[in-house]
Amino acid sequence: MQVFIQTVASGILIGGVYALIGLGMTLIMGVMGIINLAHGQLMMVAMYITFVLFSYFGIDPYICIFVTMPLLFLIGILIQKYLLNPLLKVESILPENQVLMTVGIGMVLTEIARFIFTSNYVSIKTPYAAKAIFIKNISLNLPMCIAFLIAVFFTLLLFWFLLKTDTGRAIRATAQDKEAALIMGINTPKITYLTFGIGSALVALAGTILLPIYYLFPDIGGPFTLKAFVITILGGLGSTIGAIVGGIILGIAESLGATYVAMGYREAIGFVIFVLVLIFLPGGIKSITKV
Amino acid sequence: MKSIKIPILILLFIAFPLIIRSDYYLHLMIIALMWVTVGTAWNLLAGYTGQVSFGHAIFFGTGAYTAGLLASKLKISAWWGMLLGGPCAIIIAAFVGWVCFRLRGPYFALATLAGGEIIRLVAVNWESLTKGMVGILLMPTFKSKLPYYYIALGIAILAMLKVHFLMKTKYGYWFLAIREDQDAAEAIGINTSLYKNISLLVSAFFTGTAGAFYTNYMGFIDPSVVFSLHYISIMTILVVIVGGVATTFGPAIGAFIMVGVQELFRSSIFGLAPKWVSQAHALAFGLLVVFVIMFMANGIVGDWHKISRIFRRAR
Amino acid sequence: MVLWEIGIRYPEYLEEPDRSLIMAILELKGVTKDFGGLRAVDNVSFKVQEGEIFGLIGPNGAGKTTIFNLIHNVYTPTSGDIIFAGRSIKGLKTHQICRLGIARTFQIVKPLGRLSVLDNVAVSAFLRTDNVRDAKTLAQEVLNFTGLTSVAHMPAKGLPIGIRKRLEIARALATQPRLLLLDETSAGLNPTELEEAIALIKKIREKGITILIIEHIMKVIMSISDRIHAINFGVTIAEGPPEMVAKDPKVIEAYLGEAYA
Repeated sequence: MQVFIQTVASGILIGGVYALIGLGMTLIMGVMGIINLAHGQLMMVAMYITFVLFSYFGIDPYICIFVTMPLLFLIGILIQKYLLNPLLKVESILPENQVLMTVGIGMVLTEIARFIFTSNYVSIKTPYAAKAIFIKNISLNLPMCIAFLIAVFFTLLLFWFLLKTDTGRAIRATAQDKEAALIMGINTPKITYLTFGIGSALVALAGTILLPIYYLFPDIGGPFTLKAFVITILGGLGSTIGAIVGGIILGIAESLGATYVAMGYREAIGFVIFVLVLIFLPGGIKSITKV
Repeated sequence: MKSIKIPILILLFIAFPLIIRSDYYLHLMIIALMWVTVGTAWNLLAGYTGQVSFGHAIFFGTGAYTAGLLASKLKISAWWGMLLGGPCAIIIAAFVGWVCFRLRGPYFALATLAGGEIIRLVAVNWESLTKGMVGILLMPTFKSKLPYYYIALGIAILAMLKVHFLMKTKYGYWFLAIREDQDAAEAIGINTSLYKNISLLVSAFFTGTAGAFYTNYMGFIDPSVVFSLHYISIMTILVVIVGGVATTFGPAIGAFIMVGVQELFRSSIFGLAPKWVSQAHALAFGLLVVFVIMFMANGIVGDWHKISRIFRRAR
Repeated sequence: MVLWEIGIRYPEYLEEPDRSLIMAILELKGVTKDFGGLRAVDNVSFKVQEGEIFGLIGPNGAGKTTIFNLIHNVYTPTSGDIIFAGRSIKGLKTHQICRLGIARTFQIVKPLGRLSVLDNVAVSAFLRTDNVRDAKTLAQEVLNFTGLTSVAHMPAKGLPIGIRKRLEIARALATQPRLLLLDETSAGLNPTELEEAIALIKKIREKGITILIIEHIMKVIMSISDRIHAINFGVTIAEGPPEMVAKDPKVIEAYLGEAYA
């Protein structure tokens, strides 16, 4: 029983970070209607930046947030503006061009990283990496707890932004009905840049706070993109609450899978969930609640 | 006029290995012909029926492992895999269709992508069945590359003929209707579910056969190769897009171009460029995707008027 | 094979109806449709006699297109039943319903853009035959019938709205229906096109096809309908011959402000 609670607890912690990844993707999906298959690769970029800052300048990862988030925000805007929006005007038989473009971008980012850093696994050793805090009999890894709290903070910040600010409302409006938003005077192209930027910033945050716990190599983007996609489908396409719930569920499921099944299949858990959702609940969690 | 060009082309292909006696180029041609088959098969499902699969590695790998497992587990010649690779791929495709056709457009694409990754992970981890990352090693049946070339050519021609003539029948019209507007198609009496699956099964059959051929030719397969997202699934998509979606010869043209470009980088432009160029071939692949989608989304055949205009202006 | 000009012949698998027994080719019995909390169609019932032109009118959002969607099972009724030629079609798949003999047009036309006009219609013709040549012949006949021969080989995408609306009808006709659902096929047409549209609908009726038509343009629906069923907010408010319905106070109230075109 003890082990079970322990497993669920660490699952929740990592789930909080996963939620950030899912939120970024679901925002992009909701507003632009495109699936960003470079999502994980953007996270990888943020992680490498953090790695460099920590290894060469000794800057603590949690401070790096203030570098990686704005940087990836900018990169996101540039990608949307120069690589994705132009595609909307291209007349082609296959409508999945935007998705394919993100695949290409993802590959380019991965290979550039491989070029600079080689395929070796790297990780960072922060002084508090192995520390744990104890609640009753459960030990919780300290960096994970910090990561979770930061994730929660920024999630709340995001919700405040989306619900209370004008720009946030503009984003939600565009997500609901692009043409109507345009008619209402919202600068839709700008909103798309902003959304991709925010999505990238969120996933950069996730990467930065995960680095102390994880290891890093150029191909790490792929699995995380797929995680993001699983979370989004699980929560319901375009649903922010769904992304949070989905993230936590995935975190717990992976944790349980790793503990009770086998380490090797940890990655497969996400896929199993994905297939089950597709077969039994195609609308995601969103469709059974009213969020 | 076109009807004379094609037999001449076929004759040239048949004569090729007899004229150019180089194993290196023969190898490239064989690989290219294999991609012609896979590209043509994918084109049927995506270009003509509008269902863009990002997971064709599922069928390729299934065909490859059918041949491989028959040889390594049952000690049957892998050539039986050539006959069974297609049907096994069909069985897998039936399941894939049942799960994935609930989704449309980009979500279908992603479902197939995930499917490809799932089966890859299964192949990696189910070591008792597939030997995991160790892979399957076979003794190639023929010493010379010649027979493989003609087999690959035969499969490619068969695939192109099948797709070409299928598109001229009722099936072809209904596939196109589904692509153009699935709801309208349903409203005029087309059982869209059924026909999407038919398209998928035919597509999977040829892809699986190509996979089985790959096992026989290369003599070695492992999950990271035959179930690869980037080097099988995405490569397939690129092959068809570069050549021209929804055209008979587009996938074929694209196959030769993509194999050519890949080889160009892997060999550092045949040894003329510095060594790191070959390291960068994966990067080049990614850049190629970006470039093609941005500027050539309809492929060489589709955007021919654009391309010829560039050349005209350059004069 | 069925040659259209000879006259309507029912596909073999649909038994020749005993007209003395079947009173109505289509019957809606207490059909209700809820979308979450919204009741789009509320206990609507009517019968359509074979061979008549039955009009369905109501202000925007009254639920008319929803009724078409229910007949064609794009949505399934929350309660009630839909009977076609004596058998319930509730819950059948859309393509099966089309096969049984109900064809529809869409309010916002859905041409198969990259196909030619001829191919658009040929696609539907394939419902009744597997032979390519027969399908094309039938398609050509339907194009002649609907006056689209001049654009037969043009891609459907760039064509003007009047032609696309006629194509929508042609495509439905090629499935050789017994009942044709027309959804606002006259919207956006100029006066000449309007006259042509009315003439076409009358020609279709002469072929023996029953027509259920949704229309906003009063001139069209009043002049061609045998009977009209008026709904508002998903509820039936009147039914009867056009002159009677036009004078019904509830109908006038529902359309308050909408000019008699």
